Amino acid sequence: MRVESKKVDLAEGDLTPMIDMVFQLIAFFMVLINFAQTESNDRVKLPSSQLVKPPEVPLEFPIILHVAKDGEIILGGDDYTAETLRVGLQKEVAVIKAQGKTLEDASVVIRAHKDTAAGDVQEVIRVAQEQELQNFALRVKEDNS
Amino acid sequence: MKIRNREEAQKGGLNMTSMIDIVFLLLVFFVMTFKIVELEGDFSVRMPLAGTDSIPMDPTDLPLKLRLRADENGKLTSMSLNEINLGTDFDKLRANVVQLIGDTAPVEGEDGPEIEIDTDYNLRYEYVIRSITAVSGFKDGNEVVKLIEKIKFAKPRR
Repeated sequence: MRVESKKVDLAEGDLTPMIDMVFQLIAFFMVLINFAQTESNDRVKLPSSQLVKPPEVPLEFPIILHVAKDGEIILGGDDYTAETLRVGLQKEVAVIKAQGKTLEDASVVIRAHKDTAAGDVQEVIRVAQEQELQNFALRVKEDNS
Repeated sequence: MKIRNREEAQKGGLNMTSMIDIVFLLLVFFVMTFKIVELEGDFSVRMPLAGTDSIPMDPTDLPLKLRLRADENGKLTSMSLNEINLGTDFDKLRANVVQLIGDTAPVEGEDGPEIEIDTDYNLRYEYVIRSITAVSGFKDGNEVVKLIEKIKFAKPRR
């Protein structure tokens, strides 16, 4: 009878170390998870530079423009071309003005794919300039190598 | 007696199954949403629409001109800084910028030297960023030495 009861114990096993490890893993992934990834876009692979540092103070009113490899522009989930971008930017400008801010407070963050034609990026800047936006930030990946 | 013993044993051993189920679900969720975040930074470019500045430009303050030329595939073929031909060597570009703006302390803000980048339309954006990196500074150990902070683009070439 004694031997039988011992066998039952072995079959149940001690779950404590496994639960410890699993909680550790959960804590690790929870700390590292970053919900602020809405800024990134799968179609954009940024160029890299050794000189940039992540900004210490977040931009006051960023307008994030993704420029895909084919020159298509993504603003707030909608696709634009250089010709139609004006409409999208006008909406953003209206929001800025409604908040009682001037266009000098806003900055246009350009996240362009590294193989995009430079002229396409220049076109984006030109369209934004026509909307009287004047602060631009060319976003690049930090290169630590 | 036997029955009592059994009841006690059941009360003492908690049923872990449901908790482990939930915990594994959480773990799977976090593993699936996990993505290594690449650190990003900005090159700031202040570029109001040309012609809004009514202040006459001092001819000695003319910006440096960097011309980037590309082949039909968007690859950089040559660069020239104020008509000095540099080939495709970004280190040479940096050395020339250092030479041109002198080794004086970098001037912060509005009064610093300015550079205008004039690039072929189909040049890959990566090369533009590399040239901006070369002209805006260099790394000396862990410190960044700033060269030119005012960058603007010439009109796009079609």
